[in-house]
Amino acid sequence: MSALAGMGGAVRAKPIRLAGWRVVLLTLALVALFGGLAARALYLQGFNTGFLQQKGNSFSKKELVVPAHRGRITDRNGEALALSTPLFQVFVTPRGMQPTPAQFTELAGLLEMKEATLKKTIDASEGEFLTIKPRVLPAVAEKIVGLKIPGLELQRHYRRHYPDAEVTSQLLGITNYDDYGQEGMELAQNAWLAGKQGMRRVVVDNKHNIVEEAGAGRAPQEGRDLALSIDRRLQHLAFRELKAAVEMHKAKAGGAVVVDVHTGEILALANYPTYDPNQRDVVPKDKARNRTLTDVFEPGSTLKPFTIAAALEAGVVRPDTMMQTAPGSMTIGSATIHDAHAYGALTVEQVIQKSSNVGAAKIALMLPPETMWHMLSRSGFGATAKTGFPGEVSGRLRPYRTWKPIEQATMAYGHGISVNLVQLARAYTIFATGGELKPVSLLKTNGDVAGQPVISEKSALAVRAMLEKAVGPGGTAPKAQVRGYRVAGKTGTAHKLEGRGYAAHRYVSSFVGFAPASNPRVIVAVMIDEPTGGEYYGGSVAAPAFSRIVEVMLRAMNVPNDAPLDNVILPPPEAMPVEEDM
Amino acid sequence: MVRLNLLLLALIVVSSLALVTSQQQARKLYNELQVEQASAKRFEEEIARLQVDQSTWSTPSRIERVARERLGMHAPEASHTRVLGVEASAGGSSR
Repeated sequence: MSALAGMGGAVRAKPIRLAGWRVVLLTLALVALFGGLAARALYLQGFNTGFLQQKGNSFSKKELVVPAHRGRITDRNGEALALSTPLFQVFVTPRGMQPTPAQFTELAGLLEMKEATLKKTIDASEGEFLTIKPRVLPAVAEKIVGLKIPGLELQRHYRRHYPDAEVTSQLLGITNYDDYGQEGMELAQNAWLAGKQGMRRVVVDNKHNIVEEAGAGRAPQEGRDLALSIDRRLQHLAFRELKAAVEMHKAKAGGAVVVDVHTGEILALANYPTYDPNQRDVVPKDKARNRTLTDVFEPGSTLKPFTIAAALEAGVVRPDTMMQTAPGSMTIGSATIHDAHAYGALTVEQVIQKSSNVGAAKIALMLPPETMWHMLSRSGFGATAKTGFPGEVSGRLRPYRTWKPIEQATMAYGHGISVNLVQLARAYTIFATGGELKPVSLLKTNGDVAGQPVISEKSALAVRAMLEKAVGPGGTAPKAQVRGYRVAGKTGTAHKLEGRGYAAHRYVSSFVGFAPASNPRVIVAVMIDEPTGGEYYGGSVAAPAFSRIVEVMLRAMNVPNDAPLDNVILPPPEAMPVEEDM
Repeated sequence: MVRLNLLLLALIVVSSLALVTSQQQARKLYNELQVEQASAKRFEEEIARLQVDQSTWSTPSRIERVARERLGMHAPEASHTRVLGVEASAGGSSR
């Protein structure tokens, strides 16, 4: 025992001693190896960390786009005129997709494509993003996601629908593939309507299932709804009657505007010809234009009431002042103004009623150019109506310093000045109210709006009385009468401009008026461009359309009658008056 | 000293197990949340689709066509209309 213990003690007491250089070598080797590891770790962790983390994250972390939907456009009563629904775009990532044959067959079925076609499409995309189908309904998209084909992805986007189709197309405009406003109100109010897409950071597992949220994303900002001043029902009625008038008179185009007298809101704004914005592949430019705001025309006699109003305000005439219009023509310098019939002596009131060019020109020449210019300018001519509609034009009202007498005379009956239909409708608020010009709006406003006083109430009412006579049996537009209501208004027939002069047989027929005359509620302006059906006078082309629009409007708006139902008196056909333009 | 270490070890084991469990729980709940969010999105899509349907079916032009063609309705003629004074209509209907 003791010997063993002694031996053990001897062994412990005498350890094997290695040569000094070997220890040093081994230590150095180990230090070098650890040093190498440390350096590598430092390199990966310290200097290259960004790259590596990115690599790692690209396998497990993903950023997902959260689409935001575009707000709806509604009419004044909240009925949708334009709204978006989600659709899905199906595409293959650059890595390509690897479906099993069964998955492939099922996918082709869901996409409603032939297998051969699908195969060909996919083969054509070497290493690029490839859209297989741009628009797939959500229900189908869900089934495609359920197939879990690696490399096949879906992206949500939106499609715009316009339920009223061709009735509202020029007003609303359209959006593009990304649901961004391109024309019309969609463009004008894009900032309000458009949503802002959000983003989610997520962690996914190896099967691309989302495991958890990784850090804060960005919540999507949904688009806001926009209420227009338009009344869907009234819009339909105005469109229906305008379409009938344009087709009946074989005209090139037409427009109709309905304005609420109290609030200045545009209740209906119709254009014809038109197109269906839901079939967005073909958007014919000439049909997409909102003529009532973007096109100008010479208004013709619809401007005469403003000449008369200026003269009444200046005190140079009274409604019963006699004007000599014989012999039915008048020469100023080298130019001659004509009336279609020689009327002899007419009162100022009859100048409007019979629409005498000579009478209007004579009254205009009693005024200094500046006075007349101020009247027209303050009535809103020569400046846009500020509806904010893209492409809205201001029309042309030349500065009075450059007016020659002949120009002042022709401007008295609406030539040598250009307007758009909305401007014209708006200007008539002066006669429909007590002399105030109301601002017009395409957006819903809250209640009555204050106007800008232009003429005295006395003059406004005097002109209104003349306008009521103009639609009477002795006026130029008995066809503008409406059963059960008193109406007031004025016809216009103007030769179209062609090059530097006027076209001989191309006309713009118009009618602007309001009803009920005892307490006006709506202003209706109708413009028919180039009627070729034989008739072209405003009194026979535009006035009947005005009458029908007013009739359905007032009925739809529940406006009480201010005349008996048998109030319409049409003169016998042979005594039908002829309008006096140009 | 050894006892304290053992205690700490036990605490570490317990807390890591708890971490695993709660992580698992979180993922499970997150998964449920996602399922619910997906169905919320589906409902939204359905609402949008139904709104399009509703407003397409309720276009005034379609209503008018149905009224005219299927129901045989038409606007009343003058001879079938009676206008009542404001006093007379004050009590009730205005037509």
